[in-house]
Amino acid sequence: MRTVYLDNNATTMVAKEVLDEMLPFFHDYYGNPSSMHSFGGQVARKVTEARQRIASLIGAKPEEIIFTSCGTESDNTAIMSALANNPGKNHIITSRVEHPAVKVLCEHLAQKGYRVTMLSVDTEGRLDMDEYEASLTPDTAIASIMWANNETGVIFPVEKAARLARERGIRFHTDAVQAVGKIPINMKSNAIDMLSLSGHKLHAPKGVGVLYVRKGTRFSPFLIGGHQEKGRRGGTENVPSIIALGKACELAAANMEKENTYVKALRDRLETELLKAIPQSRVNGTREDRLPNTTNISFEFIEGESILLLMDQYGICASSGSACTSGSLQPSHVLRAMGVPYTMAHGSVRFSLSVYNTDEDIDLVIKELPPIIEKLRVLSPYWATTQGACATA
Amino acid sequence: MWEYTDKVREHFLNPKNAGEIENPDGVAEVGSIACGDALKLSFKLDENKRIADAKFKTFGCASAIASASALTEILKGKTVEEAMKITNQDIADYLGGLPPEKMHCSVLGQEALEKAIENYRGVSHKKPEEEIVCVCFGVTDGEIERAVRQNHLTTVEEVTNYTKAGGGCGNCHEKIQAIIDRVYATKRAEEGPAERPKLSNIQKIRMIEETIEREIRPSLKHDGGDIELVDVVGNRVLVAMRGACATCQASQATMKGFVEWKLKEFVSPELVVEEVAS
Repeated sequence: MRTVYLDNNATTMVAKEVLDEMLPFFHDYYGNPSSMHSFGGQVARKVTEARQRIASLIGAKPEEIIFTSCGTESDNTAIMSALANNPGKNHIITSRVEHPAVKVLCEHLAQKGYRVTMLSVDTEGRLDMDEYEASLTPDTAIASIMWANNETGVIFPVEKAARLARERGIRFHTDAVQAVGKIPINMKSNAIDMLSLSGHKLHAPKGVGVLYVRKGTRFSPFLIGGHQEKGRRGGTENVPSIIALGKACELAAANMEKENTYVKALRDRLETELLKAIPQSRVNGTREDRLPNTTNISFEFIEGESILLLMDQYGICASSGSACTSGSLQPSHVLRAMGVPYTMAHGSVRFSLSVYNTDEDIDLVIKELPPIIEKLRVLSPYWATTQGACATA
Repeated sequence: MWEYTDKVREHFLNPKNAGEIENPDGVAEVGSIACGDALKLSFKLDENKRIADAKFKTFGCASAIASASALTEILKGKTVEEAMKITNQDIADYLGGLPPEKMHCSVLGQEALEKAIENYRGVSHKKPEEEIVCVCFGVTDGEIERAVRQNHLTTVEEVTNYTKAGGGCGNCHEKIQAIIDRVYATKRAEEGPAERPKLSNIQKIRMIEETIEREIRPSLKHDGGDIELVDVVGNRVLVAMRGACATCQASQATMKGFVEWKLKEFVSPELVVEEVAS
């Protein structure tokens, strides 16, 4: 059975070009980039090249790139570094819809005695910028707000938020794991101090990430050890994956236009056709400022895990914000923060596309999903009641 | 991804008895859309007062749908008295097991069944003396206590897996732990001193016979069944089922869930009960 992969916000396929680029660095060129011999030195040159490629994608300087093991490590490093460098300040600002890498860390810090402001979002998933501005205080050590939300694709005005923070001398970090490679980012023209990105969200392998730290930003390492990354992150570099990430960033730059035209058109067609074919369905999150590859659709009165498992029969891969798929008993914290009613939140499905998706992929979902929804609604005790209510209304 | 058994997948992909019975003899709806799963169960009796048909409607995940489908299959052909003895473990066993985090789906089935039978008997299912412990999922102290007793749960996490209680904000974890502690405190008191003297073979066989006579046989006879002790080999208790039990589909559940449990409780926790052909 063909796999129709529409779960690219979870992880992506390692691109063929990326795989080819990294493979020689396992068996043939396995030297340590820190070594004095030329066998290691040639590897160091490739790491330098990767650093340049990554910097180039986001308009950064190569020395502002620190390699890490994943997005979570980058997020943790950024926030802990800001706290370490602002010892008198006790306040952290973040949002209610952050990825657990930021959200759970901030909850943990709140237990340790930090004051944490979790900004709310409106029903469209948009940040309240007035609330944000009002929450910036002389006691604030850092504001950390994601660039784009992983579940809904909603893009936050982080450049404006960073400017407001800088005017008050407050550090600003953004988790840009979902944004990098999908929308243009230029660190030269904004005031963001730190930015996290992750390799496996843009067709590089799992296990490599980057923390961008603007030149001049005071920084304390999270992993303490060797002199790697100029003492900012100890530990021997994950060379093959770093080289892969460099190549993936080069590819992403080349595909940026395609992402925002071709992928966006596929996503829009999928969304429009599903909403047309399936009654009582709706998109979660604003459709205006949104990643081009993501749509989060709720199908009322049914449960997401059931939808995913029935789609799985056709090889269709997607995600859900329902309780049964969130690993807890509550539906997604993002949808709850948006005030999505329970009848809708449990039946949410996220489709996230990539440049490797085709029209045939979209056709298959448009063909197979409406009967799946219908089948589950026939089983649902709430569906019949609602239909009756609608008929008499 | 959950590791579901083939049987769960089969009952999810092709659910049996989906729908609602018109003019049912018993009907109940449990759970809620806020909690993430809900089940409406209805059944109809034939002229011999056996369940002729049972149907369900479920809002929920794959295991919730499969549990409801399994329950309706188990119910068919049973008397109301037999149906009352069905436990959530019977539903899980029928499906070849459920992931621990999904046991609450089987508990939902048992709850629906209890309420549908109460509905049939015209008993009010309001239990005013019970207090809501888990506010997020509306679970009462009585429901938690029953799940703890019936499934021998010992941790808050297990209680969450079975009842959902404590799976939201987490503010009730201390209360849940207090209920667990209370159940085991009373159990220990009922059982007497924890240190049991080591039994000789003769003593063990005598105690098994006494326990069968006092604790087990009366319940089985009540349903027209009986049990015979065939042999005791080490800690293996070999028994034969008689009367209605010999032909009853649920006798395997009776063996493990009732006979073995009683013998473990009153004689020795090491005992394992096995049915032998007679």
